[in-house]
Amino acid sequence: MNLTLLILLPLLTAVAILLMRNDAQVKWTALMGASAQFVLAFCLLFAFRKERALGNIAQMLFEFHYQWFPSWHISFHLGVDGISVAMILLTAFVVIAGVLVSWNVTKMTKEFYFLLILLSLGAYGFFMSLDLFVLFFFLEIAVIPKYLLIGIWGSGKKEYAANKLALMLMGGSALVLVGLLGVYFGAPNHNFDLMLLSSMHIPIAIQKICFPLLFVGFGVFTALFPFHTWVPDGHSSAPTAGSMFLAGISMKLGGYGCLRVATYILPDGAKEYANLVIVLSTIAILYGAFATMMQKDLKYINAYSSVSHCGFVLLGIGMLTKTAMVGAVMQMVSHGLMTALFFAVIGMIYERTHTRQVNEMGGLIKVMPFITTVLFIVGLCSLGLPGLSGFVAEMTIFMGSWQNADLFHRVATIAACMSIVVTAVYILRAIGQTAMGPIKEGHLSVGDARWNEKLAAIILIAGIVAIGIAPYWLNELVTPAADIIMHKIATK
Amino acid sequence: MLGVFSFGIDLGWALLMIPLLPLLGFLVLGLFGRKQIKQSSGIFATSLVLVSAFLSFHTAYGYFFKYGKLEGVYQKIIPIQFTWLQFSPGVSIDMGILLDPISVMMLVVVTLISLMVHIYSLAYLKGEERFPTYYSFLGLFTFSMLGLVVASNIFQMYIFWELVGVSSFLLIGYYYDRPSAVAACKKAFIVTRFADLGFLIGILILSFYAGTLDFNTLILKLTTTSTPEFLSATAASFMGISALTWALVLVFIGGAGKSALFPLHVWLPDAMEGPTPVSALIHAATMVVAGVFLVARLFPVFSMSAPALELVAFVGIISALFAALIACTQTDIKRVLAYSTMSQIGFMMFALGVSGSGGENGLGFTAAMFHLFTHALFKALLFLGAGAVIHFIHSNEMKDMGGLRKYLPITHITFLIACLAISGVPPFAGFFSKEEILLAAYQHNATIYWIALITSGLTAFYMFRLYFSIFWNKESLAHESAHGEGGFAMMLPLVLLSVGAAAAGFIPFGDFVSSDGKPLESVFHWQFSIAPIALGLAGIFTAMWLYKKQNNRSDTIAHSLSGLYKLAFHKFYVDELYLFITKKIIFNLVGRPAAWFDKNVVNGLVNATGNSTLFISEKIKGFQSGKVQQYAIYFLAGVIGLAILFIYVWK
Repeated sequence: MNLTLLILLPLLTAVAILLMRNDAQVKWTALMGASAQFVLAFCLLFAFRKERALGNIAQMLFEFHYQWFPSWHISFHLGVDGISVAMILLTAFVVIAGVLVSWNVTKMTKEFYFLLILLSLGAYGFFMSLDLFVLFFFLEIAVIPKYLLIGIWGSGKKEYAANKLALMLMGGSALVLVGLLGVYFGAPNHNFDLMLLSSMHIPIAIQKICFPLLFVGFGVFTALFPFHTWVPDGHSSAPTAGSMFLAGISMKLGGYGCLRVATYILPDGAKEYANLVIVLSTIAILYGAFATMMQKDLKYINAYSSVSHCGFVLLGIGMLTKTAMVGAVMQMVSHGLMTALFFAVIGMIYERTHTRQVNEMGGLIKVMPFITTVLFIVGLCSLGLPGLSGFVAEMTIFMGSWQNADLFHRVATIAACMSIVVTAVYILRAIGQTAMGPIKEGHLSVGDARWNEKLAAIILIAGIVAIGIAPYWLNELVTPAADIIMHKIATK
Repeated sequence: MLGVFSFGIDLGWALLMIPLLPLLGFLVLGLFGRKQIKQSSGIFATSLVLVSAFLSFHTAYGYFFKYGKLEGVYQKIIPIQFTWLQFSPGVSIDMGILLDPISVMMLVVVTLISLMVHIYSLAYLKGEERFPTYYSFLGLFTFSMLGLVVASNIFQMYIFWELVGVSSFLLIGYYYDRPSAVAACKKAFIVTRFADLGFLIGILILSFYAGTLDFNTLILKLTTTSTPEFLSATAASFMGISALTWALVLVFIGGAGKSALFPLHVWLPDAMEGPTPVSALIHAATMVVAGVFLVARLFPVFSMSAPALELVAFVGIISALFAALIACTQTDIKRVLAYSTMSQIGFMMFALGVSGSGGENGLGFTAAMFHLFTHALFKALLFLGAGAVIHFIHSNEMKDMGGLRKYLPITHITFLIACLAISGVPPFAGFFSKEEILLAAYQHNATIYWIALITSGLTAFYMFRLYFSIFWNKESLAHESAHGEGGFAMMLPLVLLSVGAAAAGFIPFGDFVSSDGKPLESVFHWQFSIAPIALGLAGIFTAMWLYKKQNNRSDTIAHSLSGLYKLAFHKFYVDELYLFITKKIIFNLVGRPAAWFDKNVVNGLVNATGNSTLFISEKIKGFQSGKVQQYAIYFLAGVIGLAILFIYVWK
């Protein structure tokens, strides 16, 4: 399978959207493009599994190599392993759901969909890049549209939020860039190629400097404490699809970068700073959860809970065991699907009740059975109910963390485990106040979900349930890739 | 991956159907119940559970009488198992079905009570708008509970453990527009979740030392004193307590939360906000005994740690007495039953706690399982009877009741049978199981025996207080115009269960269920039974004296015991203590500061960075004015400045 298809397709879709004449054409083009991405992502999954079943044990499959700037050793190098495939699938799910829930956008529809599709292009490219320069290139493509999405289509303090988000993510990117340059010049032969770099021994002194730069730089994207403050403001001001992309995809770019770039090519750096990562991520998990408990706005609730859930991703990476690392990837996929669904459902509720304050709602089961059912499902996924994806990911991380037998790791794991109680508290408060209880006067006549919203929700729920009920396929997909990364850390 | 071994007539598939049929009900009713099959959803769900129950009985018959025994010992058979999630070599979550005496017994109990409740609900909830939703949740619960009892892997048990928790949550909150129901379902979920945290960490510790999550292997490795796993688990210690004990205590916390034992019982009385048939199924007969089942499942491991067993025994006996005292003072009939459930579970728990493993020592184990079995029958009957009363009178309060024996004859008789059974009056079922428990306690721990004896007297008292208040007492109430007892669908379960409550005691339970799989001879010492029976009768007659006719004797007694009465009436203020801890301490001292810190300190720093950048650029932007004269002046000033610097300062 040719990986460039996954870049060409969004590119063509984006161009096609620009050529369309009216809103309806734009929407259907976007939906067709997103569906094609969805199909393509599944083709990739099946092709990947087939190759593996045929006994192809190469670390990266379907590699694509094109000399871009030979004098700088920059080449357009793509390739996928199980982790990349999982992330690409996630992106495809979120994109199609995001396009579907934005069906009612009327303001500058063409530009809106163009930016959405452009974002997906950046994400696919990022997850497939095996060249750090190309990777950075796609990272930036995925950041900039978000500024516009929030600034133009946002609500509330949107200018403030857009500025804050763009500046903080740009700050993160700047750290990443410095880190990448450090690796480039620090490596024995100046190089950006990820596979080559991973096989080389980068001097420990360089690793010690570059690891924190890269990890914090990518960490900003995935809400590393204390660089998470763009998350609540950014999410709450973004339009629904914007929030979905932000939490479902952008935050995962960070997690993936921390794993694929920082940890994989700088294993000594990772070992050096692992304990710090664990401390910060454990703080994020508990602190995010406790802060969520006090929020009253649904979007803030999900934003802070994302801080807590993304903490698990970084915790899984910092634990430096294979099981925990698999758990971290699972958590990325799971949280991506779940949080996209959560924002989608918040958008649906907001559109009907014109409020996001939980205390201004109540008893919505009565008028919107479908939407509240989705709210229940996503809430239960968030609090780690077995049968849904969150449970699988969190338990894998806990099991992996517990393999470290010393007191420090034990305390961190138990502290992280405690979040399952706090999560239950805030999720049940949110659900209890919005969906249950007596219904408010003004909400008696609101309607339930429309076809596009139902379809979006069903697609995301299918993903969540597929992982929750049959986690072995994701486990089998991710484990060999995590094995290679862990092997490198263990042998260095 | 899927290993299905055949035992005669395709045992594997029949077994698999037992939990999957209720799941099918959940899915079908959840997806299509609201529109397509609204009318027949009750019948549909009931027939699925009926098949499931039939298969369970078939399995039980086959296991106990045909293929379960090998050389006189009941075996642990795993006909179905597949790997669900592999963590590392040897450590994986496997989904499977484990057949042994206790799981087979539980299959029967769960499907039987579930079937009764399904049938009963056909009439009880007739006309409810969310009828299909109700049945789909019941299906989810039944599936989860069956998955829990047949779990072959400790993590599988945890998974279904959480699922029964969420079904319980959904069913308690069934009347979602009542704020009290919403509060109750949240409370139930959060309190049990807190306990589950203990269970989870316990699993982590056990799996770390045993290197497996599989029940059979885990038990084998942690009970054979020569294995490296056992040695490391007992050698490692934290705060002077061995890792094994820590793990078991933490697992027990999980069990105590689900089984509403002191001090994690606070959710159970509030859970009575759910529909009454749900209380019968989940909060009396099945889910709340999951904690007992968990300890029983891991009993061989528990028996390796004396401190853990001691804790089980003392938490059990404290809960039994504590709940019995409260039950004497409550006026909401469902709450009385809820406290009585808590007390009876306390009995089962301390029976396990005083038990040893193997042979005669295992009497407590057999007694606990026996009591679990009989209790499921008579407590479900009590709740369904209470449901019939509530259905008739539209109130939960004792003061609204009285003299109902004339209007509800079948309910009256069956309720009386259940009361006699729970009070331990021979020859009803509860007598036999309670005798065994008391005997086991007597042989092992005198303190526990005496407290248990007093508690069983109290049990008889509060049950007959309930009975006389509902069916006798005030006679003047006129209910002639009201509808009848709820019809066939409600009466059939009552009658069937009352037969069980009356006769189940004659089952030679020790022949089937024992701590080591070998038959345990149950010996009855009639002289030993004199004290409990006498105390039980004393309780009954006291209740009769106080409540059979309307009088103010009870008030006088309550008054003279004012301190204790008030304490018990207010449930010993445990709820208030929890509210204080959660509202005042967690919310105000942790949650609020965290949110404040994030908004002001962390976010403040970010804003300060932005603002100071803006401020500085605002100040210096004037330099870039584009006016050549200004630049010339800056240039001149710069030259002079540098000249001064080089000539005078740096020399």
